[in-house]
Amino acid sequence: MTTATAPTTEGTPMSTPETGGRLNVPGTPIFDGQTSRRGLRLNKMLMSFRAAENRDRFSDDEAAYCTEFGLAPEQTQAVLDRDWTAMIDLGGSIFYVYKLAMMDGRSMQYLGGVFTGMTEEEFQAELRAGGRRDG
Amino acid sequence: MADVIWGLATSHVPSIGAAMDRGKTEDPNWKDLFDGYAPAREWLAEHKPDVAIVVYNDHANGLDLDIIPTFGIGTADSYTVADEGYGPRQVPDVIGDPDLSLHLLESLVDEGFDLTVFQELEVDHGLTVPLSVWTPDPGDAWPCPVVPILVNVIQYPQPTASRCYALGQALGRAISSYRDDVTVGILGTGGMSHQLAGSRAGFINPEFDAMWLEKIQTDPAALAALSREELIRQAGSEGIELIMWLIMRGAMNPQVTKVHSHYFLPASNTAAGIALLDNRPA
Repeated sequence: MTTATAPTTEGTPMSTPETGGRLNVPGTPIFDGQTSRRGLRLNKMLMSFRAAENRDRFSDDEAAYCTEFGLAPEQTQAVLDRDWTAMIDLGGSIFYVYKLAMMDGRSMQYLGGVFTGMTEEEFQAELRAGGRRDG
Repeated sequence: MADVIWGLATSHVPSIGAAMDRGKTEDPNWKDLFDGYAPAREWLAEHKPDVAIVVYNDHANGLDLDIIPTFGIGTADSYTVADEGYGPRQVPDVIGDPDLSLHLLESLVDEGFDLTVFQELEVDHGLTVPLSVWTPDPGDAWPCPVVPILVNVIQYPQPTASRCYALGQALGRAISSYRDDVTVGILGTGGMSHQLAGSRAGFINPEFDAMWLEKIQTDPAALAALSREELIRQAGSEGIELIMWLIMRGAMNPQVTKVHSHYFLPASNTAAGIALLDNRPA
């Protein structure tokens, strides 16, 4: 007999090391199956932002909305703090995380700046100069 | 029997669609991209197929992470344009070709490619931006019905490049065995090099992209030999989308003629490429 259980992340390391898993490409998060398992509820919440009424409900009480979707405490904190790097580390897919960024009026270049320690303008200037290279 | 008359490989960056939707194609930051599309668009306008197959991936709009089909095919009469968060793009909904979809499905399953079937599907920028690259002013309808083929490129393990190429080859045989004499355009979408997250965000690799743009025409088997890790390392974690170009290319003849290609960066965070290949015997 199986019993339905509440979502739990007990025993699951929440952080997704950039260099973990089977692939090791420096500075490159790999959104793999374990990452996706950790991020499932976070990503489901982010997916819900496609609908305006959900965006409104989130804005009314962000923490309650996170709780409703069963986010782990550190995931909720990352969302409340708009800690974009932590959201990725805690299993967020960039395509889902971007939906929250759009709600805040943030661009993908802004996020790129956050991930690389630059301002949006600096990051955009690097792209216009031909993009960033390894090494 | 149906015939593939051309293949169009193109990036599907959402900002390309947004630049068109907001009338920014003459903006200095965009003009070179759209000028680069012009020769391809002119040629395509003179070579309208009866049906198009668009190989693309969804980006958290038509699908979520509950179910992650490695390969899928739409079999619907029509596909609604998705609201990605702030209203759908003001472009026509996409008319399907369920008879062709079901023929392709059966043929591909018989060859060992067990595609997931989408009887309902909202299509996002991954599909509509390539249609806009092809047809900037569709009016009330896109030029022809469309069969969507979906590929998981978001969650590791993505299908290998070689598997995508083999799927394309099987798709080419499936098209050839269709009962109706129709012409087919096939679009392979995504890329080129880019990475959105991590401390390597903003990574772009023009040398790799130039190699890919050349070999997609002349030596696709060499591209199909690249491993997932090589692709992520050389093209970036999102640049792996380029594997979808190999499905298009596999469905074409070994020898194809390049009509036009163009390379541009940056389209938001991405290197954007286009390659239009004529599949008719020279």
